Amino acid sequence: MAMTGVLRPGHVALRVLDIKAALHHYKDVLGLNEVCRDDQGRVFLKAWDEADHHSVVLKECDTAGMEYMGWRVDSDATLKNFAKDIKASGLATDLKWIPAGEHPGTGERFRFTIPTGHVMELYAHKDVTGCGTGYTNPDPWPEGMHGMAPSRFDHCLLYGDDLDGTVKLFTEVLGFKLAEELVGGPGGKQRNAAFMTCSNKPHDVAFIRHTEKNKFHHCSFFLNSWEEVLKAADLISKHKVALDIGPTRHGITRGETIYFFDPSGNRNEVFAGGYIYYPDKPTITWTEDHVGPAIFYHTRELNERFLTVVT
Amino acid sequence: MRSRCAALCSNRSEAVSARIDIVDDAVHFDCPEGVDVLHSMIALGRRGIPVGCRGGGCGVCKVRVLGGAYRTDRMSRARITEEEEKQGFALACKLYARGDLKLQVVGKMARAFAPCKETMHCTGAPHAPPGSTSWRR
Repeated sequence: MAMTGVLRPGHVALRVLDIKAALHHYKDVLGLNEVCRDDQGRVFLKAWDEADHHSVVLKECDTAGMEYMGWRVDSDATLKNFAKDIKASGLATDLKWIPAGEHPGTGERFRFTIPTGHVMELYAHKDVTGCGTGYTNPDPWPEGMHGMAPSRFDHCLLYGDDLDGTVKLFTEVLGFKLAEELVGGPGGKQRNAAFMTCSNKPHDVAFIRHTEKNKFHHCSFFLNSWEEVLKAADLISKHKVALDIGPTRHGITRGETIYFFDPSGNRNEVFAGGYIYYPDKPTITWTEDHVGPAIFYHTRELNERFLTVVT
Repeated sequence: MRSRCAALCSNRSEAVSARIDIVDDAVHFDCPEGVDVLHSMIALGRRGIPVGCRGGGCGVCKVRVLGGAYRTDRMSRARITEEEEKQGFALACKLYARGDLKLQVVGKMARAFAPCKETMHCTGAPHAPPGSTSWRR
């Protein structure tokens, strides 16, 4: 098997200001399915095509934003090795083990804070509770889909200060590849955005250089087609969801996309398209004079809300 | 039978509207009861308060209420501290008028491509806008 080490983004934990409003948004409008709740008041959800126990965790707090993001690794041995390598790299802080079962259906997690201030965790086990269609002679999609009905949680885009440190940690310690980058500054020598992948996707996580640590730009969910992106736009209006921008296309990753906000101001994306990434694909570089089409390929105009509003 | 239109019109005439004055900008608009101040501004095509997430999370629509009665829904503590809340600061997207209001706009949409020196300065300033980003610098 060619894909080893970190396999995929496994979960994102979001802080919300009102859990009832958040559940209406994430279940009825976005179309995730609730899996369970725990005694801390956390609600665990997943998309219809995901095999593992959960992929989204919502918790009511007095601030919005991302609490942490979790990554599935291929084995317990890999988990132990990554923990050792992360410690040895000196790039991460607040390293700790979260015991198995702290997330329902999930093994022990190794948690650490990356140079941009975001909390990440790795785990090797999550119960395989199955997807909406099953695995024996499955239909292409399940009955009872509702809302935008993305098939999976796909990636996050995060803002923070030490972009170089975070890229070093993801590429040199965790084995990610740099699929695309945005450069600027004198001679175009400063990397201002990094789109990194651990898989065949154009990105599994992306980071933007920003003055503050630990900011959340969006979490993204995958749709199958441009048609589904347009239907998502209809649902955004029908449910009076706060639209950010779209439907449109990114130059970066080629994604067909729409952005909107959950009731606590956390940005969500649903998107389709992109391309297949192989580890030997050359890195795509976007230069400062092409930042417009890099971000929004059709309008080629910068949008301050999209670029600067974060939680 | 009473028409749906008549019912709507009747409801509208009963709804209490507050007048929202944004001082400094000489902008004013009516805000129906039960509708947040930012939404009212957007619905009437007015400008003056920056529009961000509209969910109480990002802080760009921060205002200070200089006069008038109001209530707020939950706002991110990262954007409005308890002390600020006591001093009349609020996020317009979670601000509901209970009478005419006079507001001062405090929040700003950060500049996407502010030079380093300026953004470093802004980050430390009181009531600074959310930090600036460096998609391009």
